[in-house]
Amino acid sequence: MAGEKRGGEVSAREAIFANVRRSLGVTGAEEPRRFESEARLAKAPPGVVPKRGQGGAEARIATFKAEAERAAATLAEVAALAEVPGEVARFLRENNAPATLRMGTDQRLATMPWSVTPLDILHGPSDGHDLNAVSVAFAAIAETGTVALVSGADNPTTLNFLPDNQIVVVLRSDVVADYESVFVRLRETYGKGGAPRTVNFITGPSRSADIEQTLLLGAHGPRRLHIVIAG
Amino acid sequence: MSAVATTSKFKENAHDALTDARLQGALVHARNFTVRRAAAAERLPEFEALRDNARAVKDHTLAHLDLYLEAYERKVVESGGQVHYAQDAEEARRIIIELCRSLGAKSVTKGKSMVSEEIGLNQALEAAGIEAVETDLGEYIIQLRGEAPSHIIAPAIHVTKQDVEQDFRKAHRDLPATRDLSEPEQLLAEARSVLRARFLAADVGVTGANFLVAETGTSIIVTNEGNGDLTQILPKAHIVIASIEKIVPTLEDAAQLLRVLARSATGQDASVYTTLSTGPRRPGDPDGPSAYHVVILDNGRSSMLGGEFEDMLRCIRCGACMNHCPVYQAIGGHAYGWVYPGPMGAVLTPSLIGVAEGGQLPNASSFCGRCEEVCPVRIPLPKMMRHWREREFERHLSPAPFRYGLGLWAFFARRPTLYRFATDLAARAMHLAGRGKGRFSWAPLAGGWTQYRDLAAPEKTTFQSQWRAKSGAVK
Repeated sequence: MAGEKRGGEVSAREAIFANVRRSLGVTGAEEPRRFESEARLAKAPPGVVPKRGQGGAEARIATFKAEAERAAATLAEVAALAEVPGEVARFLRENNAPATLRMGTDQRLATMPWSVTPLDILHGPSDGHDLNAVSVAFAAIAETGTVALVSGADNPTTLNFLPDNQIVVVLRSDVVADYESVFVRLRETYGKGGAPRTVNFITGPSRSADIEQTLLLGAHGPRRLHIVIAG
Repeated sequence: MSAVATTSKFKENAHDALTDARLQGALVHARNFTVRRAAAAERLPEFEALRDNARAVKDHTLAHLDLYLEAYERKVVESGGQVHYAQDAEEARRIIIELCRSLGAKSVTKGKSMVSEEIGLNQALEAAGIEAVETDLGEYIIQLRGEAPSHIIAPAIHVTKQDVEQDFRKAHRDLPATRDLSEPEQLLAEARSVLRARFLAADVGVTGANFLVAETGTSIIVTNEGNGDLTQILPKAHIVIASIEKIVPTLEDAAQLLRVLARSATGQDASVYTTLSTGPRRPGDPDGPSAYHVVILDNGRSSMLGGEFEDMLRCIRCGACMNHCPVYQAIGGHAYGWVYPGPMGAVLTPSLIGVAEGGQLPNASSFCGRCEEVCPVRIPLPKMMRHWREREFERHLSPAPFRYGLGLWAFFARRPTLYRFATDLAARAMHLAGRGKGRFSWAPLAGGWTQYRDLAAPEKTTFQSQWRAKSGAVK
């Protein structure tokens, strides 16, 4: 590890901690400070949470849809998971996209009837040559119209960024009110203090306003984000 | 020393900026930010309460910074990552170059990072024979131009689309010369395809961090383009460079700050991509970096704790203060001469590179107070600029005419009768002289002022004598 002790010198780490503590006038051993910081890490108090995303399941879904559309995502709702392939095929056809689709090993995707569509299905992460991909969201956030995706073989992270058309399936029961609800779910799945390699909160398709503040969609990531609410 | 500063020449820089017609045309676009921020704040009833709590989260964290840093480091190591500490820019550059060499890296892609600008990383990588490619569109443009960012979230805001077209034609020589690049759409499409190849070829990805979460050992970045994500998921290693004050205790605390960050910066409710990264790829992961390193930089910040500039360490780099600053709006970011412009730069720059080099910046303020009004973590920027002015004066760094002028004023101010007599006389004389228009377009010794705006002529009598005449004398 760089910054460690070299030939008896004080390491950068030790010097920084010493300077932080000198400036704060503490030694680092004070019990009340330790207690307070450990309690905050353990309890993770939520702070101010906007009302906007709150409400029953139907209200949350309605807010989620409205907010996602504000962020320039497109949406569709289907009654059952089995209807997802038809909706995906329709979306791709309508946008003149080729009939290929990449996905991970998520069981919910694997059991969908893709054979009823003309789509060629590819599996695994993207190497940058895919135009279309579909993933299943870990959760969706009503407050800002955001989908949350987690890394892993089920839904590889590269599918969120390399294809032109990003399609995300959201189960109705996974639409939560706010970010804090996602953190609760993450702790349930990965343990307190644990986390998957990557959590992507995604609100609309990629964009840039770096040239004369002209807002354009499709910067480095997907040009379109299509969300299919199912279940 | 970090990135090269021209801050000591602020006055000349500002003068050049004011007379640069091209720059003045480009700066008009910066004003959109203020409208968008106001609309986003209006749309969220809890916005002011969130600002209060964002400040509280930061204050709590800074008061316990050593403990949260320790907790953060523990969690990074638990998740398979490594933490490195750098006391200054030179040490940070050395660590990153050593890491790149040990990984056999020839090409490095970079997400937008102000700390990497602060340490002058690109130049150091190039000097070490490692190619560094900026991938944020704005950063890519200024890298091609060999410039520094002129805004902390819109680095190329000083550049026009015609400039970008010229830069792209010069840089992308393998593309047909006859192609149309007249519109932003075409420029973006070209940058996307050129940079896509660089993403896929990179050996190491370097990003900054908006937040480092102690609870989980997670680094968080927010982007709209997705470049920060392609930077970190495609190469074999992800290096995060972040300064010590980016630490927050928990994911919930990060959410408090995220809610005010995007709204204050671009007026979005949320940035398109908010990404939480924890360690390298896990067993069974089909993508993501195999190695994860975090370089934690101090570079003068630990000395700001506990002192009169501690509040500045709350800054979350949203850029609202510069967007709302009449001085920044008039001169742009380059005139400030170092990495951080606008009011936050005027306070931070003297702290990080010294008052001798950066001491002029706190004078670049009309003290209108808008920066503090819009700051999401309520940093008292005007008050801190005043602290720097006091220090500059105490250390005899301010220019001689200013010091003599202030000395002269102090002589009169300490002699109230003489002061009243002299100001009465001056008010009458100036009132008479400015009788026609009520303002002066020229005045002796005030050329620096009247070159860009008129000087208002005073009322016939001073405020003090009017106050007395209205029998409002202090009882």
